[in-house]
Amino acid sequence: MNVTQRAEPCATRISGPIITATGMSGAQMYEVVQVGELGLVGEVVRIIGDLATIQVYEDTTMLKPGAKVLCTGAPLSVSLGPGLVGNIYDGIQRPLPGIEAKSGAWIRRGEKVEALDNARRWTFEPLAAKGDTVGPGQVIGQVVETPLVTHRIMVPPDVSGSVLSIVGKGDYTLLDPVAVIGTPEGEREVTMLQRWPVRQPRPIRERLRIADPLITGQRIIDTFFPLGKGGAAAIPGGFGTGKTITQHQLAKWSDAEIIVFIGCGERGNEMTEVLREFPELEDPRSGRPLMERTILIANTSNMPVAAREVSIYTGITLAEYYRDMGLSVAVFADSTSRWAEALRELAARLEEMPAEEGFPASLPTRLAQFYERGGAVTTLAGDRASVSIVGAVSPPGGDFSEPVTQHTRRFIRCFWALDTELANARHYPSIHWLRSYSEYAEDVKGWWEGSCPDWEDLRTEALTLLQREERLQQIVKLVGPDVLPDSQRLILFIAEIFKDGFLAQSAFDENDMYCSPEKQVALLRLILTLYHRGRDLIQEGVPLAKVTGMECVSEVLRAKAALSNKELHKVEELAKRLAEEAGELERQYMKGAACYE
Amino acid sequence: MSDLFADIEDRGLEYVGASRIEGPLVVVDRVRDVGYDETVEIIDPAGIPRMGRVLDISESHAVVQVLEGTTGLATRTLRARFLGESFRLPVSRQMLGRVFDGLGRPADGGPPALSADRRDVNGMPINPFARRYPREFIQTGLSAIDGMNALVRGQKLPVFSGNGLPHDRVSAQIIRQARLLDEEVEFSIVFAAMGIKHDVAEFFIRNFRESGALSRAVMFFSLADAPSVERLLTPRVALTLAEHLAFDCGQHVLILLTDMTNYCESLREVGTARGEIPGRKGYPGYLYSDLASLYERAGRIENSPGSITQMAILTMPADDISHPVPDLTGYITEGQIVLDRDLFQRGIYPPIAGLPSLSRLMKDGVGKGFTREDHPILASQLFACYAYVKRVRGLADVIGEEELSPLDKQYLKFGEAFEGTFLNQGEYENRSIETTLEMGWDALSVLPKEELHRVSDELLRKHYRSEPGRQAQDQTRLAAQQL
Repeated sequence: MNVTQRAEPCATRISGPIITATGMSGAQMYEVVQVGELGLVGEVVRIIGDLATIQVYEDTTMLKPGAKVLCTGAPLSVSLGPGLVGNIYDGIQRPLPGIEAKSGAWIRRGEKVEALDNARRWTFEPLAAKGDTVGPGQVIGQVVETPLVTHRIMVPPDVSGSVLSIVGKGDYTLLDPVAVIGTPEGEREVTMLQRWPVRQPRPIRERLRIADPLITGQRIIDTFFPLGKGGAAAIPGGFGTGKTITQHQLAKWSDAEIIVFIGCGERGNEMTEVLREFPELEDPRSGRPLMERTILIANTSNMPVAAREVSIYTGITLAEYYRDMGLSVAVFADSTSRWAEALRELAARLEEMPAEEGFPASLPTRLAQFYERGGAVTTLAGDRASVSIVGAVSPPGGDFSEPVTQHTRRFIRCFWALDTELANARHYPSIHWLRSYSEYAEDVKGWWEGSCPDWEDLRTEALTLLQREERLQQIVKLVGPDVLPDSQRLILFIAEIFKDGFLAQSAFDENDMYCSPEKQVALLRLILTLYHRGRDLIQEGVPLAKVTGMECVSEVLRAKAALSNKELHKVEELAKRLAEEAGELERQYMKGAACYE
Repeated sequence: MSDLFADIEDRGLEYVGASRIEGPLVVVDRVRDVGYDETVEIIDPAGIPRMGRVLDISESHAVVQVLEGTTGLATRTLRARFLGESFRLPVSRQMLGRVFDGLGRPADGGPPALSADRRDVNGMPINPFARRYPREFIQTGLSAIDGMNALVRGQKLPVFSGNGLPHDRVSAQIIRQARLLDEEVEFSIVFAAMGIKHDVAEFFIRNFRESGALSRAVMFFSLADAPSVERLLTPRVALTLAEHLAFDCGQHVLILLTDMTNYCESLREVGTARGEIPGRKGYPGYLYSDLASLYERAGRIENSPGSITQMAILTMPADDISHPVPDLTGYITEGQIVLDRDLFQRGIYPPIAGLPSLSRLMKDGVGKGFTREDHPILASQLFACYAYVKRVRGLADVIGEEELSPLDKQYLKFGEAFEGTFLNQGEYENRSIETTLEMGWDALSVLPKEELHRVSDELLRKHYRSEPGRQAQDQTRLAAQQL
């Protein structure tokens, strides 16, 4: 081997997605490189002397030692600007529609497509004037990106000074300078396009306490295990427990202003389903298609594993960018276990010493870094904004004691445990009410009590009933239900009504798929009324069968689907009829009892 | 193009000798201009080439995985010929009706496939943006599948089985009976056998012949006595042909991969030989990605009329569904059909477990406009009631059947009706979807109306039988006549 050949960086070893290159003494950690004739994109993950280890985001088949390595001098970064919303990207922000236009239905290697359309013209409206003093993150203009999203054009985080010039309202491309800012270091042109390295959190002014709930329209979540805006939640569940459907439901109906959905190492058809369904579904608040506020990142299970690792960071960086505009953003990552497996796979190829179950020892640190990029914040521009994170976890064999679930629990405060038994009975969402928890319930109490002062009491009573039912079921399993007194069998009965009439929620029923907070409270109150009336009746000696046989009972059960969010008065009517029927029963029985005497 | 292999030979660079042979791996030193995943011919002392591929390549050496076993190879005498490309399969429509070995070479005595179109067997990932969402209902004629876990065209739905369970008979029946409701399209069948016994392969061939499907079936056999490493390529070879038939020729392909557990064991064997850090139960940490690279090669794409519907059979070691192979498979595929030993021992065929079986794409392929309006609700209610039956049975085991409440006793009756008439059917009984749905309502009508919480009043009026059992008996008689 000739030493002079070594002046240029080139590959010396290829093992799957990991390659070793020599002549790399000038390289930086996490710098992006292009390898071989196809220019396969990779990232430097280790440097020893002039040898660098590179993880490649694309298939390395037929790559040979000696292949040229081209250093780009910059870490992996994403393009930020108008045009992100409504788009679908792969893990390294290549737009999938653009790839399809270039190489058809299959993703060819080395395909390069700009993340944003540089030729498209957007209508820019200035919000700053010449002579204004502006700091990092300050808004200088806006663009209507979709009817749902007004995209604010911000001063890049490293620029501050006075506005020397700013263009008038008009149509510009992403590369046209829209303003010039005089900084201590000189003049800086600002365009509508920014770049930001994905592994670095974007700056904020300060973190805030979480106070508002992220309303998802899912009863078991909003009422019992709420997620705060800026909070982090995990959905663990074995296969077939409905993680993805639950995530889709949340992505559809959450009241966040931007949704970033990261399909990380999951099924291709699921992303296709989102792509097909979201443009047709209407946002319950604005009536506009849901796609107009959604960004999709799709790195399906058969796409290269290194790009899966980075897709999570790509997604969260886009979320932070929209947060910086003062918006509330929700990130859904499906599934973080596949991401952790990508870490494990790459660590094994790097021959790192494994910790628990082969995962690298850095797993908890990496998880913490990811979940901590969420939060309720004051942006640099001084607005209140948030990034909420919901991560699906796919524990092997549905066993929650495995490392990814266990470490994730340390960094989230809301845990929606999916249950196989519930899923088997097709009780969806299969979130188990006794194994789940949310520490945000305290934080968002104030919000709920604004419209429903006794929210906490209702919620606690319902949860207590469900807990007591679980204990009673233990006895029933041993001796059967007949030995229980009627007052306890009533609890079993009411718990069933809770499960069927409140906790289970259909993702496909028009009235049921989204349940407004008002309807949630109304239904909760209705079922508890049934319980209270039933309890009183039984105390007065009315047999249980009479109580459970009341005509209103089946209506209570079906109210969730029979009544729409706008028909709250009908819930009240139903409650009234329930009271009348119970009163009638009481009178009848008292009369009967009197006769008997 | 009369002799493809001669054509390749000209391109080969040949090296003599290896520094190490270990398990299925051969290390060849001082190679030049060799790529990762390149195809290699290792020529044994008898002069017979064995296929292999490069797993790791550096300037000093190449690690070659020999697909056809390393028995008889010697470090000093073996010759390695690097073919300058990754493993490719010549694909053509003419391969239908033929039998090939696990590496895609003719095994029926016929000539090699004649085609200039040679495809990389690793395939390329389908762009999710270019996928078409599968939604055409496939009627398999099995109530347990059609009624409760419906299969759609372009779905990947594996069968989780155990040793001794009739997964072969069930999958053969599905292949025999699968059809669409409103289209007369016959499926082309691609069959990849990995590590199964000769008699099982024989069973499938016989079945294809009897049902007249042999001429539209292609078979790739890497049977139990073939070198285990060869199996790593068998599903890839089969899927490559399936993709050609589906997306280039516009055919509807049904691909059967059996048995995936054997495939995973071969993967573990190679991983161990390379000294990789093992994951759960010794399987390599990349098992999920590797399986995904197979299972995801199914579905439909825009601008092509064809489709690939995938059925992978796997046997769960010790019937354990949380074993890595079924577990990871379940996370990738769109549902699973689980066979149940308890049902099988009670003589119920097909022994498809009611609760753990699942079809994720069913929701979009059934109901109004696809099968019948009441289908999704009926399925959901059957699941809910059957789940309750399981609880009642548990209770009855403890306190005795006599002590159960009258309602619980009715649930037990429903359980019997559901398993005995709805699930249970003949191996050659092909039920229409209407029959299946009606039998479902028959079973539900054993229960009082008030128990059917998930069904709306309107549907109850339409389908609930006030004289339970009557129609069920009619159906059973009808079924008996068909047999």
